Parts: sequence; structure tokens; C-alpha cells
Amino acid sequence: MKAEELPEVERLLAQLRQDLTRHLHDSGRVDPVLIGIRTGGVWVARALAGLMGYREPVGELDISFYRDDFSRIGLHPEVRPSRLHGDLQNRHVVLIDDILWTGRTVRAALNELFEYGRPASVSLAVLVVRDGHELPVAADAAGACLDLAEGQHLKLRGPEPMRLELVEVAR
Amino acid sequence: MNDLQLDASGRLRHLITLEGLSAAAIIELLDIAEAFRASAERGVKSFPLLRGHTVVNLFFEPSTRTRTSFELAAKRLSADVINFDAGSSSTRKGETVLDTLRTIQAMGCDLFVVRHQQSGTAAHLAANVEPGVAVMNAGDGNHAHPTQGLLDVFTIRRHKPDFAAIKVVIVGDIRHSRVARSDIHALRALGVGELRLCGPASLLPETAPEGCRVFEHADTAMNDADVIIALRLQKERMESGMVPSETQYFRDYGLSRERMARARADAIVMHPGPMNRGIEIASEVADGPQSVILEQVANGVYVRMAVMARLMGGAA
Repeated sequence: MKAEELPEVERLLAQLRQDLTRHLHDSGRVDPVLIGIRTGGVWVARALAGLMGYREPVGELDISFYRDDFSRIGLHPEVRPSRLHGDLQNRHVVLIDDILWTGRTVRAALNELFEYGRPASVSLAVLVVRDGHELPVAADAAGACLDLAEGQHLKLRGPEPMRLELVEVAR
Repeated sequence: MNDLQLDASGRLRHLITLEGLSAAAIIELLDIAEAFRASAERGVKSFPLLRGHTVVNLFFEPSTRTRTSFELAAKRLSADVINFDAGSSSTRKGETVLDTLRTIQAMGCDLFVVRHQQSGTAAHLAANVEPGVAVMNAGDGNHAHPTQGLLDVFTIRRHKPDFAAIKVVIVGDIRHSRVARSDIHALRALGVGELRLCGPASLLPETAPEGCRVFEHADTAMNDADVIIALRLQKERMESGMVPSETQYFRDYGLSRERMARARADAIVMHPGPMNRGIEIASEVADGPQSVILEQVANGVYVRMAVMARLMGGAA
């Protein structure tokens, strides 16, 4: 994929909103609570909450204490407390991230989420799904699915305005 | 000491002393501790970070409260914890400290929390552990007590976040206190506005540490202070004649309500514990509204969790 082929975030958000609304409707999940994974996921969650007209504040999950690469690369230096509003018990949670890649972030986020209670359900909404999954994790709603070449990384820059950036990593 | 504490990329390998640690390194630890505390306040007290790791409390000097704090910190990070009461075991049979450590290390332990009456013990052990094994100093002689220094600045920051704007007084046996030494290093690194050390001449350092003002009169030292840290007076100081008597010491240096009135109205009072009530601090002050002594105890667990997470992360 070339940098100039990257879609606009605005378009992705519109698609994600449509996809998520349909998913929530089809699965009968009403009154969901939106929780973004720091940092990019929180930006996406806030934008989505605005588009969908949700008033409840967006939750912010910092997964630093739950990552599976802690022993290898250590703690993220800028860990901040997670901010979840209200009780998650029996709520429908929409977990939001910018890019779904290996699935490891989502696994860590689920582990943390369940420390705070037992939600009725958890849906996964992401701006972009890219190839390279390493865990059985799939998005329930997505802005787009992109195929990237080996050595290409996708990064969301933001928060205002948000844009996708392609990073080439030398192998 | 930083050659021993930090690896080539600046990652914390051991925590022996706060001397030489940068403000950024200290603030990073305080921020991690803050995140643990915030989670605990939301009801999530334990984390999976140290699952599969073994933490050994190697205490050659008895201290139930400090050991309990380290033990809780390790358990809340899901580590396995061994309390090795060295005072009652092998050292009595003539084994050296290093042999004791090597014996336990051979059983596959990852992090040693060491307290010893001899200054330099933690550094000596850190210099001799296997790669990937970390040492945390829980107090060595009168050299350092780095986690106490960290929990003290963590507690101060929660009440007085602007270090440059505050005056801190440390009262008591400055000369023999590892707590004072670690507090001084942490406060200086964070750019404290003014640091005053106060005590009888016999308990003050022979030369004032850099950046500190020394006071023999407690009433003068207390003027306009924002933070007052009282140190524990060891009974042996009285036995050796460095301090005339308990009542005289309280009169000259004890934190009484009258003396506290000289400090700022919103000043906080701290003490590393255990307290000698009526000697270095009056009960009405220790239990009064300005006291944050129990907060210090609570914060100690979060700060120790932060250091353990930093030491063990990326160690594999």
C-alpha cells in the first residue's frame, strides 16, 4: 500500500459508525458504554460518541499493566490511570481501538476490563483492520480493512485532526 | 552507583540509592505508582505483571512493617513471595550474606529485597547477582532507604505538587538516618524550594549536605514550613549520651502543637514510623488533621509496586 492510498479518517469514522450501529441493532445491544484504548482508541471513541450522539463520557483504558510483552520490553514509560465511569456490571461495552493488528492489545484490554466487573457483552469496534492477526480476535465493526506489505506499519496521528500514517520499518 | 543501578540504555536494573537518579527517572516511578493507586481506588488492587516471578524478602534487620509493605506490593503484582528471616537462620551459622543470596538465587528467584544493618550490603549483592536478577534496597545501615524517599516525595507531591514553591524541614537524627539521606536526594532532584535540616549538633551531619540549610533551633526551622518530616529517635542515641533525655529532646525538637503553629497553616506532617509518641512527635500532632503519616504507609505499597514493575519489566 502506498501512503497516498490511505483513506481519510473522516470517511473511516462514517463507515465505522454505520457498521457499529448495524451491529448493535442486529445483536440487540442497547445503551452501550464506549471505552477507548489509549491513546488512538480514545480519540476514535470520542469522535464516534460525538457522531452517534452519546452523552455518557467515553471510558479510557490504559493497558500498560496487562500487556503480554512486559517481560520482554518492560512497562510503557507513560502509564496513566485508566478512567472508567460508572459500573460496567451488566452493561454492553463497545471496546474501541484505532488499528486491529495482532490482537494482543485487545486481549490485554479484555483482561483489564473484566477486573472492573462482568459486562453483559463486549463488542469490538476499530477504525482499521489490517492483516497479521496472531490471536483469534475479530472486529464487530470496522471503518476499513487494509492489506499492508511486510514491514509496513500503520499509525494513527492525532487527536486533532486525526490522520493515518504509513511507517516503513527496515527489516 | 548509577553504573550499577542503570544499564547502558538507562533502564533501572537495581534500586540501591536515589543518589544520582534524575528527576525524570523519579517522576516516572511516581507516575506509575499513581496509576496503581488510581486503580486500587476503583477496586482493582492486583495486577498480573509479575506472575511467574519470585520475590524474596531478605531481611537481616528485623522490620515487620517494611517487610509487610514489600510483601503486599509483590503479591499485588501476582509474584510469589518468600520471606527469608535471615536473623534467625543461616547467618547465625556463619554463612556470608552473599552465600545466603546465592543459595536462594539458585532456586530460581528473580528479585531480592534486602535490608541489612551494614551500609553497602545492597550494592555488594547487586554487583554479584546473576544477570536478570534484581536487588532492591530496603535500607542499608545509615546509607539509604530509597523506597522510603520515593514514598515521601510521592506523598508530598499529592499535597504540594509544585516542589519549587515549598519549604521542607527534616527534624531529628539527620546524621544517622538513611531516611533523611534518601529524602534529601529525592527532594533535591525534584528541585525543592528550600530544604532545612534540624536537630541537636550531635545528630547533625558534620558538613551540611549540598543545597540544605542546617538549623539547631527547631522553632526557627519551622517558620513558614510547608512540609515537616520528623525522624524516629533511636533509643541507642540516648544511651550513648548524644541526646540528654526524652523530655529534653521533646522540648527542644519534638513536634508539638505549639511548634506546629510556626509552620504554614496548611503544612503537612510526616514520619517514617514507627513513632515514639511524646519524644519526636506529640500524639495530638501525629493524629491531627495535618498528619499524613498513614497516607505514607498506604503510598509505600504503590511506590514499591512501581519500582518492582520497573525492575522486572524487560528483564527477560
